[in-house]
Amino acid sequence: MFTRLANPARFLGLADRLLPWLAGATVLAFAGGLAWGLVLSPPDYQQGDTVRIMYVHVPAAWLALSIYLFMAAASVVGLVWKHPLADLAAKSAAPIGAAFCLIALVTGSLWGAPMWGAWWRWDPRLTSMLVLFFLYLGYLALWAAIEAPDKAAQAAAILAIVGAVNVPIVKFSVDWWSSLHQPASVMRMGGPTIDPSILWPLLLNAAAFHLYVATVLIWRLKAELIGRRLRALGLAIAEQT
Amino acid sequence: MTPRKKRRLWLVGAGFACVAGATALILTFLGDQLVFFLSPSQMLTAPPGPQQAIRVGGLVETGSVYKDADGLTLHFKVTDLKASVPVTFRGLPPTLFREGQGVVAEGRRQPDGTVLATNVLAKHDETYMPREVVEALKASGRWQEGAAMPDARPMTGSTP
Repeated sequence: MFTRLANPARFLGLADRLLPWLAGATVLAFAGGLAWGLVLSPPDYQQGDTVRIMYVHVPAAWLALSIYLFMAAASVVGLVWKHPLADLAAKSAAPIGAAFCLIALVTGSLWGAPMWGAWWRWDPRLTSMLVLFFLYLGYLALWAAIEAPDKAAQAAAILAIVGAVNVPIVKFSVDWWSSLHQPASVMRMGGPTIDPSILWPLLLNAAAFHLYVATVLIWRLKAELIGRRLRALGLAIAEQT
Repeated sequence: MTPRKKRRLWLVGAGFACVAGATALILTFLGDQLVFFLSPSQMLTAPPGPQQAIRVGGLVETGSVYKDADGLTLHFKVTDLKASVPVTFRGLPPTLFREGQGVVAEGRRQPDGTVLATNVLAKHDETYMPREVVEALKASGRWQEGAAMPDARPMTGSTP
């Protein structure tokens, strides 16, 4: 099935059919999720209304991690199977992941200031997340710095795969070391430690963020494919003349 | 899979295994050196020098909080339920600061064994619930103050 979908022409056709639905679902999920999280859900017993930062912070942080894993997996496929769509998929995902990583860092800082009493500390979780952001930037920089697309894809793929060792470090930093950041609330052994009245709006927001990523990723990948086709056409014309 | 693809897959796999292995070794053997804060027990077994900036983390010991007559200087004890360290802090603690709460005090150890803090940070736990739920739990007697706190688990602050 993957090889069938990984055919660029088929992918473009599928993308055109999927995009309006995904975009519509994204808007609906965001409207519901943000209204529920920012207005309707109850304040937390300890943190009051500050807890609402979580509805943005947590999904953004999840996606920063999972997009990186996606990028690393696509890079493996690109390096080993030399599949044209794989490198472009990783390339298209990178700026989205970088943006979510930055959102997680900034909202985390805004959350830390009133609750912890500090904007920033060199805490294991915060530091490893900043490293993740730099990995994203490095990945984007490699693509931008190397002109030949094949070479750029190869170099960037190696960076993405090497950087994947940081992902478990981010995830488990709060368990391995003493940390200012609290441990995981949702994806943990023994189930979530969040009351359903706060957990459900969080999950809906997470769904909205995921739908957004799916929409934008397909969109960007489409643009990359068309760009590549244009480049090939330009080269063909240049050869003929 | 063609032999070339197989070879590339092996190369990628072996390369990643090397990087992951090296990282795991570094993190494992840095061990106790990689701490954000010390627990009171750790601080007492290996007291840091007076010039060393330290962080000590744990729970605010119940009944240990009092203020000086100036109304600004705060005294409390940080405990990991095995040992406790007295902390002096002049300033406004974060809103979440209270007895039983997880805190991290940043400062220097004084000759008398207390920590003179320049900063007190509040930790908060991974439980989130509305006030009504807490009150319902309290009414039914199922609420244990501090039990839901992050630091109900032993605060060794060390490696896996």
